Amino acid sequence: MIDLQGFGPQLWAGTLITLQLACASLALGIVLGLGGAAAKLSGIGPLRWLANGYTTLVRGVPELLTVLIIYFGATAALMALAGLFGYDAYIELSPFAAGVTALGLTFGAYATEVFRGALRAIPHGQREAGMVLGMGRRRIFLCITLPQVWRLALPGLGNLFLVLLKDTALVSVIGLEDLMRKATVAVGYTKEPFLFYLCAAFIYLTLTIVAMVGIHLLEQRANRGLARS
Amino acid sequence: MDFGVIIEHLPRLLKGALTTLELVLISGIVGSLLALPIGLARHSHRGWLKALPYAYIFFFRGTPLLVQIFLVYYGVSQFEAVRESALWPYLREPYWCALLAFSLNTAAYSAEILRGALANIPRGEVEAARVLGMGKRLKYRRILLPRAFGMMIPSFGNEIILMLKGSALASTITLLDLTGMARTIIARTYTPIEIFVAAGAIYLLMSMAVIALFRWLEGRHNAHLAIARPHTARSAAQPSA
Repeated sequence: MIDLQGFGPQLWAGTLITLQLACASLALGIVLGLGGAAAKLSGIGPLRWLANGYTTLVRGVPELLTVLIIYFGATAALMALAGLFGYDAYIELSPFAAGVTALGLTFGAYATEVFRGALRAIPHGQREAGMVLGMGRRRIFLCITLPQVWRLALPGLGNLFLVLLKDTALVSVIGLEDLMRKATVAVGYTKEPFLFYLCAAFIYLTLTIVAMVGIHLLEQRANRGLARS
Repeated sequence: MDFGVIIEHLPRLLKGALTTLELVLISGIVGSLLALPIGLARHSHRGWLKALPYAYIFFFRGTPLLVQIFLVYYGVSQFEAVRESALWPYLREPYWCALLAFSLNTAAYSAEILRGALANIPRGEVEAARVLGMGKRLKYRRILLPRAFGMMIPSFGNEIILMLKGSALASTITLLDLTGMARTIIARTYTPIEIFVAAGAIYLLMSMAVIALFRWLEGRHNAHLAIARPHTARSAAQPSA
């Protein structure tokens, strides 16, 4: 059996942080993605512009750079902002908050495209049917469009979540005590880099497998009302 | 924003960008060469031939690239045998380690793309090749592979862009690529916003160039298919893991 030299609980604690980070970024990313998709499909020019700029920028810049920009840039920006109000203390964004912001922004940019595709895949007749039944715009969106968007967007979102799960490792670069960072700390003590990084790799692999199974179950549930072809 | 800092350090940033491009280009080529046998084996119908590439692809697509880089750079040196081997002068250098990790990683993704393309070739074309009496090797060389290459150009372009963005991770093992260079400059000047934004802009330009290149390649390679094909939406998602 492999000997983790007492670092097992530490790796476990890191795994929990990684999971928290992934879930928080997922929540932020889904909100941003829905907002972005709504903006891209809206009739208002500046909104469309803004959403297009957002997705182009975030998708063209490395995730690591996004994390670094948010972590160091947001600190500088917050301090400049606070300075305007005559507040001079040192402000720092926590690595967790910076990580959630950066990964959420990245997820949101890709999710925008997924949601946009899903929204456009819903036949126009269904909205008209809702209008004929006398439903308001909000009710049509909540009762007819949104439940179907979920089903259509799920495969794309699932892939994005798997990517996100792996991208969480980047936040260790700015010092968050996630799985990757814990592994690095363990390596520092034990001088067994191969063992601990391989261990981390297999934990990530396990998380990926669990996520894949979860996504599969969600997809099955979302498609339960549909005839199988 | 102080643009003076950006202009002053632009030459060094561009030097970093050159290293980034070099990493992407070399690992892209090596990765594609590796992907060919892996993808072909993955496409095979024999169970035992499929199993190994499957495990390889699953490992490299299921774990973070950062872990893979650390495994190669820090992990391999744990073993006495490696430190005494002839390869050690290379495996000691962050540059070669980054290249190795990127090549292995992109090989896994590209192999999966190749398998997907091979699986999606219309059945009739495969049968036509057999009807013409082509042997297995001739069939792959003349029909299946060229057709698969044409089909995989868009996804391969996406993969190269992911590679370009992933190459930023080389900075974590002290390599002075674009991100590494930006971080070094910032450590001295402490102007994170300016320099990171400049680096981001350079990355953006590079990915736009890659997109344009693959658009052109696609148009060239698939010119014979260009007759009134319905415009298909480019997939927004990254390749699945």
